[in-house]
Amino acid sequence: MAHSGINVLFEGHNFVRLLGGLWTTVWIAALSLLIGLALGALLGILRTFKNRLLRLILRLYLEFFRIVPTVVLLFLAYYILPRMMHVANLPGSLMAVVAFALWVAAEFSDIVRGALISVPKHQRESGMALGLNRHQLFRYVLLPQAFRLEMPATINLATRVIKTTSLLMMISVMDVINIGQQIIEANNHLYRTGVFWVYGLIFVFYFLVDYPLSRWAKKMDAKQAD
Amino acid sequence: MKKQSLKKLIQTLVLALGAFLLAFAPLAGTLTAHAADNQSSVSAIKKRGYIKIAVFGDLPPYGWVNKDGKRVGYDLYLARRIAKDLGVKAKFVQVNANNRVDTLNSNKADLVLANFTVTPERKQTVDFAKPYMKVSVGVVSKKSDPITKVSQLKGQKLIVNKGTTAEQYFTQHQTGASLLKFDSKTQQFNALKNGRAKALADDNSYLYAWVKNNPKYTVGIKQLGKSSYIAPAVKKGNKSLLNWTNKEITKLNGENFFEKDYNQELKPYFGSEVKASDIILTNQK
Repeated sequence: MAHSGINVLFEGHNFVRLLGGLWTTVWIAALSLLIGLALGALLGILRTFKNRLLRLILRLYLEFFRIVPTVVLLFLAYYILPRMMHVANLPGSLMAVVAFALWVAAEFSDIVRGALISVPKHQRESGMALGLNRHQLFRYVLLPQAFRLEMPATINLATRVIKTTSLLMMISVMDVINIGQQIIEANNHLYRTGVFWVYGLIFVFYFLVDYPLSRWAKKMDAKQAD
Repeated sequence: MKKQSLKKLIQTLVLALGAFLLAFAPLAGTLTAHAADNQSSVSAIKKRGYIKIAVFGDLPPYGWVNKDGKRVGYDLYLARRIAKDLGVKAKFVQVNANNRVDTLNSNKADLVLANFTVTPERKQTVDFAKPYMKVSVGVVSKKSDPITKVSQLKGQKLIVNKGTTAEQYFTQHQTGASLLKFDSKTQQFNALKNGRAKALADDNSYLYAWVKNNPKYTVGIKQLGKSSYIAPAVKKGNKSLLNWTNKEITKLNGENFFEKDYNQELKPYFGSEVKASDIILTNQK
């Protein structure tokens, strides 16, 4: 075992550095989701309104973020916007949060809209018959029921965001993959098999973060089937 | 029904196109608006208190991260000295080979010190300062049966890596050697060890590092053709930092700084077969 690649993981500060990279991954994903879900919920509600212009604008927003690949969004936010406009030159991690949050908001607005319009029609009509105004209708009738409907899709979106953070290395953010590659290259001449262990550990990390979420989604699904 | 879905498709396409135009129209308008201000001039860096330097994080021994998480290497040794002489702190931005130019152009870094080879194409997009290192094509062969001249390769098999300057050199020059081409460094070195060819050609700096771990082989031909130079790069038009860097490199050459850098960062990788003068540059050149 003297020259086994697993030693790579425990030399010096390597393990702690990988954990640090994982933390970067997690906080960027969490913050993007927090902002994105809040914004997306608002946009989703607006998209069920009758105003045609409003709906068109929001639809354009959704299509833009759905069609443009995430890596292009990241490049736009990190390299192109600061060059073309006088946007303050923020660090890559913050620009990543901006790009991810806008993307999450776009995707989530469609989930919310879908959930809102699939609440049975009689619920909305009964609410109106009780004399609820629009605000009350959303607050007490539609949103609580839509919430349960959108849960599985939302968790699915969250796991996608976490996995997509692996693109962050393209804009010089030191996420877990980037640090993994540093360690691999630094040790390549001593431990030829180190690459398996480093990527193996990263696999376990992603699994540990994503698996509870997908378990949760499954539970929600089962609950709904009842 | 079919007609309706086609209509829907066209509608979506038009929407998507509209979204693109909406997003890019304001950008195009501001394209040329801010060329004048230089955020990376020497005075701006001094005022800011730190210099942003783009470096590699995965290319030992030039720019990499050691097990304690510290950035080290030949480029990093120079980077820290430059920051010290400017009287500011150094902040490092990790880059890959293909985003070095964008990092400069979007002001993410003031200076690139990432094993950046000077080429005519790159000269059009960034400004290179005076070079601080040279690389060229070398040929490695068995110590017991060394190849020391190109003429010895006539009628022999020679291994090269696709897309390297070595492949380019042997394709352009008629040496009489027949080329065996491989996709990766690992493949090509294995092929040489298995005796598939008499010799292997690649960047000499890689070969030096390889023979250190494979003592049965030697870099018989250390330099073929013209050398390429590795130089610091700044954003196109950044005269202030370019001039300062040129002066700095001349000054550092005067005090044999690069020899110290070589001895500390590169020598442990290259072994005793290589002299500092095979890699570094001096003021005479």
